[in-house]
Amino acid sequence: MTRKRRRLLMLLACLAGFGTATGLALSAFSGSIVFFVTPTDLATRPPADGRLVRLGGLVQQGSVVHTVRDGRPLVHFRVTDGHSSIAVSFTGILPGLFREGQGVVVQGRLTPGGTFRADQVLARHDSAYMPKAVVAALKKRGLWNPDAGPPPPPATWDTMRIPKQRGG
Amino acid sequence: MIPELGNFALALACCLAAAQAVLLLLGAEAREARLMAAAPGLAFGQLIAIATSFAALVWSNAVSDFSVRNVAAFSQSQAPLFYKITGTWGNHDGSILLWCLVLAICGAAVGAFGSNLPAALRARVIGVLGAVAAGFLLFALTASNPFQRLWPPPMQGNGMNPLLQDPALAIHPPILYLGYVGFSVPFAFAIAALLEGRIDAAWGRWVRPWALTSWCFLTCGIALGSWWAYYDLGWGGFWFWDPVENSSLLPWLTGTALIHSAIVVEKRESLKTWSVLLAIVTFSLSLCGTFLTRSGVLNSVHAFAISPTRGVFILALLGLVMVPSLLLFAFRAPVLAPTGLFAVISREGAIVLNNILLCSMAAVIFTGTLYPPFAALLAGEQLSVGAPFFDSTVLPLAVPLVLAMSIGPALSWKRAALFPALQRLWWVALAAALVGIVAALGWHGLASVGFAGAAWLIFGALADIAQRIRLFRVRASESLSRLAGLPLGAIGAAVAHAGLGVTIAGISGMTLASQRVIFLHPGQSTDFAGYHWTLTALDRVPGPDYVARVATLEASRDGRTIAVLHPSDRRFPVQGTAVTDTAIRTNLLVDLYTALGNVQNGGAEVRLRYDPLAPWIWLGALVMACGGGLSLADRRLRVGAPARRAARLPA
Repeated sequence: MTRKRRRLLMLLACLAGFGTATGLALSAFSGSIVFFVTPTDLATRPPADGRLVRLGGLVQQGSVVHTVRDGRPLVHFRVTDGHSSIAVSFTGILPGLFREGQGVVVQGRLTPGGTFRADQVLARHDSAYMPKAVVAALKKRGLWNPDAGPPPPPATWDTMRIPKQRGG
Repeated sequence: MIPELGNFALALACCLAAAQAVLLLLGAEAREARLMAAAPGLAFGQLIAIATSFAALVWSNAVSDFSVRNVAAFSQSQAPLFYKITGTWGNHDGSILLWCLVLAICGAAVGAFGSNLPAALRARVIGVLGAVAAGFLLFALTASNPFQRLWPPPMQGNGMNPLLQDPALAIHPPILYLGYVGFSVPFAFAIAALLEGRIDAAWGRWVRPWALTSWCFLTCGIALGSWWAYYDLGWGGFWFWDPVENSSLLPWLTGTALIHSAIVVEKRESLKTWSVLLAIVTFSLSLCGTFLTRSGVLNSVHAFAISPTRGVFILALLGLVMVPSLLLFAFRAPVLAPTGLFAVISREGAIVLNNILLCSMAAVIFTGTLYPPFAALLAGEQLSVGAPFFDSTVLPLAVPLVLAMSIGPALSWKRAALFPALQRLWWVALAAALVGIVAALGWHGLASVGFAGAAWLIFGALADIAQRIRLFRVRASESLSRLAGLPLGAIGAAVAHAGLGVTIAGISGMTLASQRVIFLHPGQSTDFAGYHWTLTALDRVPGPDYVARVATLEASRDGRTIAVLHPSDRRFPVQGTAVTDTAIRTNLLVDLYTALGNVQNGGAEVRLRYDPLAPWIWLGALVMACGGGLSLADRRLRVGAPARRAARLPA
C-alpha cells in the first residue's frame, strides 16, 4: 500500500471516528442538559413543564419534616437562596451530609402544584460549601465579603427573615 | 521549628528544581557532559528536599500542631493517628505537596533507572521534569503554602471531613497521584524527543514502562474512588459521570491509547508523532484533572474548597505546560518522519482503531465535562451535563472498541488477513452470542449486550493465549513449554483485556440491580429480592470522636439466616456532620447492600439493595492493573534489560 493511500485511509478512519463522536455528542446534548436553577429562578421563570432541573440552595432552618408513606420514607424540606424558598419533597434516604442550614443540590422536576419533586439529593463533601448563587446573593446584599473570612452562620440571614433591601 | 524546616526544605526544593531545569536543558543543548552528568544528583537532591518537607507536614499533623494553619483547619486531636497522617493529603495544600513529592519520585526514578539512556536524553527528561516541578513548587510556596503559621494557635482543630475518614479514601489520593503524575515521565520523554528531533524504536521501549506503571496506578486509583463512592456514599451508585470522576477517566483513556501506540513505535517505528502527541495530551489531561478537582471551577459533588487565586494559578501552570509543548510539537513534529509502513488490516491497524476510538471517547467526555463551565463563563447559564449524555455518547463508541479488542491481538504485524483471524475466533463469538442470548432470555435490554461483550473479551483473551501456545494442535506438554516461554507482555495484555471484560460484566450486572427504601421499626420485616429482611435492633454506640447509630438487619431465606448486617451512621459533634456507613454482604457474585437513613420515633429508614456482580467492577480493574504489572515484568521492557543481557554474554 502506498504511503498516500495509507494516509488517506488513516485520515478517513480518524474523520469517521471523531465525526461519529461529534454527532453523538450533539444529538445527546439536546436531550440531556440539566439547567442549574435557584429558588428565585423557579419563582420568577419556572422551567417548561416537567423539565428536569437541578435546584441549588441551602436547606431552610426548621423546615425538614420526615414522614412515612406506604412504608416508604418521605421527606419534605424547603430550599432557599435567601430571597425566596421552595418546598421540596423527596422519597428515599438523604445523604449523610444533608443538614438544615447547609448547601444542597437537588435534581428533579417542578410539579404543577408548585412543589419540587426531587429524584436525587446531593449534599457536598465540603461542609463549608455554599452554592455559588447563595454566595452571590449574600455578597450582593452586603452580608458577606468572601475575602474577609468564613460566611456568617445561616441562621443570621436564612430565608425571609432578612428584609430584601440594599440591593446592588 | 519542624514546620519552618519543612518550609525551608520546600523552598530549597523549588530552587533545586529550577536549577535542574535550567542547567540540564542548557547542558544538553550545549552537549556539556559535566552538566548532563549532574542530572541524577539534582533529581535525588530535589527528592530529598521535598521528602523532608512532606515528612515535616506529616509530623505536624501527627502531633496535632495547631499553630500550623493547615493542621488547625483540617485535623483534630482526638482523631486516630492513621487518619491524622492520611489527613495530610486530605486537603488542598497537603495534596499539592504530595503531588510535588510524587513528581520528585518520578524524577529520581528516571535518574536511578535511566543509566542506559543516552546522557543528553536523560538530562533533557530530568530537566523537563524539573521545570514542571519548579512551577508546582512555586505554586505550593506562594498560593498554597501548607506551613503557614496561625497565631494564637487554637486549642482544637476544625477536624477532618468525616467522609474522608475512610481507609479507601485515605490511600486513594496517593495512588491516583502516582497515576496522574507518573504520566509526567512520558511527557518529559516526549518533550526531550522533540528537542532532540529524533525518535526511534528505543524511545518506545523507554516510554512504555513509565506509561504502563502510571496507567496501572491510575486504574487502581479510579477503581478505588468508584468503590468508595459505592460503599460510602450510601446510594449504591458506583460511577456518576461527575466532573471529578471524568477528569480522572480522561488521562486514563488517552494513557491507554499511549501504552498501545508505544508498542507500535517500538515494534514498527510507526505512529511516532502520534505517540508524542498522546504523551503531551495525557499529561495535560492529568494536570486538568488536578486543576478541575482543586479549583472549584466545576460544580461537583467531590469539589473541595473554592479559591479563585489558586484556580487561576493552576490554570496558568496548565497553560505554561501545554502551550509551549504544543508549539514545540507543531514546529518539530514534521522532523519525526515515519519509517514503517503497514496495511490497514494488521495489528498496527487495530491499534490505530483503538487509538481513534479511545480518543473519540475522551473527546466526548471532555466536551461534556467542560461544557458547563464554558456555558457559565460565556452565556452566564448554569447547567449540568449528566449521566444520560455520557451513556448515550460513550456506549456507541465502546461497542466497536470491545469488538476490536479481541480481534486485534489475533492479527499479525505489518499485514494480516481478517478472515483467518475471525475463523480462529469462531468459538469465542459463539460463546459470546450464547451468553448474550441466555442473558436476553433471563433479563432484558442493555445487560445482555454487556454480558455478551464481557464474554467476547474474556474468551477472546483465552483464545489469544491458546493460539500462541498452539493448544490442542500440538501435544499438551509442548503447549505447556510454549506457555512457559511466552513473553510476559503477551500474557499481561491478555489478562488486562480479560480484566476489562470482568469490569464490563460487573457494570452490566449492576444495571439489573434492584433496591427498596423502607421505614421499619425494630421487629418489623419486609420481603425483597427473594430474602426476608428483619430489623432486629437499633442501637446507639459512642465512638472516639463520634456517636454512631447502628441498625441490625437480618436477611434470611427459607427460614435460614443468610446474613446479619450492621449499617450505621456516625455523627461527628466537632465538625457538625454525619456520615453513613453501609453494610455489604458479598459472595463475589451478589452484593446485599444496606444503608441506614433517618432514625425517628424508634424506627429507621433503611435502603436495601440487591446488586448482582457488583464486586466484579473493581475486581476487573484489579485484574487490568495486574495485567499491566505482568507486562511491566517482561524482560524486554525492563529498562536495564539490554545492558544486562550484553553483560551476561561473555560468561
